[in-house]
Amino acid sequence: MIDWAWILDHLDELAWRTLQHLYLTAASVAIGFAIAFGLAVWSIRWRAALRPILGGTGLLYTIPSLALFPLLVPVTGLTDATAIIPLVLYSLLIFVRNFVAGFDAVPAEILEAADGTGYSSRGRFWSVEVPLAIPLIVAGVRLATVSTIALVNISGLLGDRFGGLGFFIFEGIRHSFPTEIFLGGLASIALAVAMDAALQAAQRRLTPWVAQPTAVGSPGSAVRRPVPS
Amino acid sequence: MEVIPGIARWFVDPAHWQGPAGVPARILEHLAMSAAALVIAGVIGLAVGIWVGHTRRWAGFAVNVANIGRALPTIAVMAIVLPVTAAFDSQNGFKVYPAVIGLIVLAIPPILVNGYAGVSGVDSDIVESGRAMGMRGREVLWNVEVPLAMPVIVTGLRSATSQVIATATLAALFGGPGLGRYLVEGYAQRDYPMMFAGVILVGALFLAIEGVFALAERAVTPVGVRQRSRDLAIRPGVGGGP
Repeated sequence: MIDWAWILDHLDELAWRTLQHLYLTAASVAIGFAIAFGLAVWSIRWRAALRPILGGTGLLYTIPSLALFPLLVPVTGLTDATAIIPLVLYSLLIFVRNFVAGFDAVPAEILEAADGTGYSSRGRFWSVEVPLAIPLIVAGVRLATVSTIALVNISGLLGDRFGGLGFFIFEGIRHSFPTEIFLGGLASIALAVAMDAALQAAQRRLTPWVAQPTAVGSPGSAVRRPVPS
Repeated sequence: MEVIPGIARWFVDPAHWQGPAGVPARILEHLAMSAAALVIAGVIGLAVGIWVGHTRRWAGFAVNVANIGRALPTIAVMAIVLPVTAAFDSQNGFKVYPAVIGLIVLAIPPILVNGYAGVSGVDSDIVESGRAMGMRGREVLWNVEVPLAMPVIVTGLRSATSQVIATATLAALFGGPGLGRYLVEGYAQRDYPMMFAGVILVGALFLAIEGVFALAERAVTPVGVRQRSRDLAIRPGVGGGP
């Protein structure tokens, strides 16, 4: 069923595919974070922008990844951008939702108190709103990272420059070689679970005051506790 | 831009609406595969989630396992299932089973977690009132906890359904059925109108299902809790992925 000798022969490739997977994930999450942060800030300042932003990012999310990666090839060629652009686009919905929920969760009294103590609006934003939004910001990073790790696999569709560990899955399908498909699947599951656990640990350290969930909805909305009152 | 006329021509070509590779057949395959996965995931997820929410036994364990399940890339689950199913059934083992099993794994976590959250989140005063009125444990479960948990349960089913409908396209990678075939075959043949048609069909199906659930969520919410449940609305999490 599984050709273990083949797997042992390909440990080098396994290592560099893992690095490729992490590189594509990190680049996409970083860019997605920056763009979504801008969008979230814009939409809390100018509320009318929120619905179109959520609608737009939601619509992007319905484009199947099996289509979006290949459809970019004629535009960006076989460059890293062809993998990173869709990954960034898919991360936006997760980030924007969590950021906006995070800023919304800051109680109005606290904002008023900050205004009353003489914060400028920029000072209030960076010293009061962002720190208080951190639990949901961090939860968004975790959710987006795990989702991006899964989607990196699909970019293996484009050929051997892409896909990280998912490349093995596509290569195995091309050759009808279950061992390679299995290796890609197992390794990318291990990577996803390990990263999720690492980010959960980071979440606990960064926001120790947040009651750890018994999640509702998703790891992202897990920290959205019912309003006390 | 000759893409848009190309897509329009693809859609009006009667050949694309007939036979086993036609749009109606592919939509039915897509729905059948998704429904099979959702029914199995629904039975498992609701049974475990509601039981755990009612008894509070094993709650942390069940929710933690479900949350790890959320992290699993569906394509990877399909990939590790494949050697097993291919060994058992060389005909379909390479096609539909890995896809359905991957989709079941995708769908269980939101259903289970929301089943648990819905039932365990019912106000304990209400549960005690039920007991005080002489209801037994099972009656409290079915007449009090489950009806009040229904909006949250349906939200979980909705979230699972959206994710499954979107992710079922991956089945085509393993030679399986459904709308993903237009994407995979379109890419293999560099037939961009076919790929765009696939994107549009998947998006339309996705939005249609979302619409059905929006109505269903309203319908199952007991009238008395409608306003309140909107305030506490637990939005479906984004998992699985496009």
